[in-house]
Amino acid sequence: MATVTTNDFKPGLKVIMDNDPCSIVENEFVKPGKGQAFNRVKIRNLRTGRTIERTFKSGDGLEAADIVDLDLQYLYNDGQALHFMSPENYEQYSFNVDKAEDIIKWLKGEDMCVGTLWNGVIISVAPPIFVNLKVTETEPGIRGDTVTGGSKSATVETGAVIRVPLFINENEIIKIDTRTGDYVSRVKE
Amino acid sequence: MLKSNSWQPSASLENIQLRAKVLAKIRSFFATRNVLEVETPLLGKTSIPDPNIHSITANYYQPGSKNPETLYLQTSPEFAMKRLLTQFGVSIYQICKAFRSEEAGRLHNPEFTMLEWYRIGFDHHKLMDEMDDLLKEILNCPSAERLSYRAAFSKYLGINPHKASLEELKNCAISHGLKASPDLLTDVNPDTWLNALLCHFIEPNLGKNSPTFIYDYPASQAALARIQDGVASRFEVYIEGIEIANGFYELKDAKEQRQRFENDLKKRAQLGLPTLPIDENFLSALEFGLPDCAGVALGVDRLIMVAAKVKSINEVMALL
Repeated sequence: MATVTTNDFKPGLKVIMDNDPCSIVENEFVKPGKGQAFNRVKIRNLRTGRTIERTFKSGDGLEAADIVDLDLQYLYNDGQALHFMSPENYEQYSFNVDKAEDIIKWLKGEDMCVGTLWNGVIISVAPPIFVNLKVTETEPGIRGDTVTGGSKSATVETGAVIRVPLFINENEIIKIDTRTGDYVSRVKE
Repeated sequence: MLKSNSWQPSASLENIQLRAKVLAKIRSFFATRNVLEVETPLLGKTSIPDPNIHSITANYYQPGSKNPETLYLQTSPEFAMKRLLTQFGVSIYQICKAFRSEEAGRLHNPEFTMLEWYRIGFDHHKLMDEMDDLLKEILNCPSAERLSYRAAFSKYLGINPHKASLEELKNCAISHGLKASPDLLTDVNPDTWLNALLCHFIEPNLGKNSPTFIYDYPASQAALARIQDGVASRFEVYIEGIEIANGFYELKDAKEQRQRFENDLKKRAQLGLPTLPIDENFLSALEFGLPDCAGVALGVDRLIMVAAKVKSINEVMALL
């Protein structure tokens, strides 16, 4: 794979650092009046999701990473791995359930996700930002109480437990923001 | 110039008006002090050999010629202005564009505006006094704080920059939280580490309530300053953590200047950087005899940034 230098470090550029695939978040060029220039770079490790800072001498390089984001449809969970398919070429990809804890609770089947592939293997999956899920268990709703702003817990069909307003009933479908796990609205069928 | 993909100006009208006002104030400041405004070529036959400054080159064809000559957009008007100083012996200033390759960011643009001035008979301390007057006039700020390079390192990092070993500098950087890339970690040039310490842990603290002047740099970072008592008679100006200007009590010794150029060219060769001819006209002027003088270059865009209280140089440059 080609080497990229600090001059190419644009946000979103994918590189290999510390043997892991990473994405450049921010690249600040700093130079003293005379002398060596530096690049203070924020880099997100795509495996762990953690963002770290690293200082490079300007012109230093890293290996570019063969990383692509792909639209993938969720198919099923066989207990060991989640299975996805690219609607473009029908190619199938699997993703170990151990790494999927955070997303599995939002997926019920056929959801369109974005998979990040490194050398053709999935390293992370982002669920749809909004999912519509049926409430399977919650205390009975308080009719008409749409103003007090109180909340209660509810279980949805995928098993996720979230906070919902008091007026939500079982079997209702609700819209959830998967980035925060927050209730957004009631969905009319 | 490089990042823009919009036809619209990058600066507000307010900031463009502020720029005009600052430029007018600078000109009147020097007019009342009897410093002569000059203009020197932006396109030169050669440029500075400093391995950390990269020139932008241009192809020039003599009339009728098919073989281009390489010309250099000037990274600073220093060598040309020193030829004028040598011939005429009067204090001069210039406001011009300067060009540098491989510099882009919040505080850098490959093309920028520089104010450079030289004072006959001044040393760097006297020139700092005048810098202080100029900044007060333009920014309405209090008098500058003055710290020697050594005092700044002692105050913010507790080390002596002139005595510390490579290992001590490295350990100091790491213990203060510098996360160095592998290439940086194996760098054995003490100046790289001094610069890393300065950029990361000292500069952000400088020029907070008033401008800060840092002076008397390590001899290894003299650039074009003379060396006295083992330190370079050089100063830098900081406001809000931003480096605004760099000045020298100018080196007059032609032999030493040639030696420094040759060392720079050697370093360039080691780093695989393009070589360039030594500016013999400049060295001839030094041999003839540059008058005793101090000079300073100030980044006008950054000064306007500070006056406008904005975060990026783009916001004070009309177009990119």
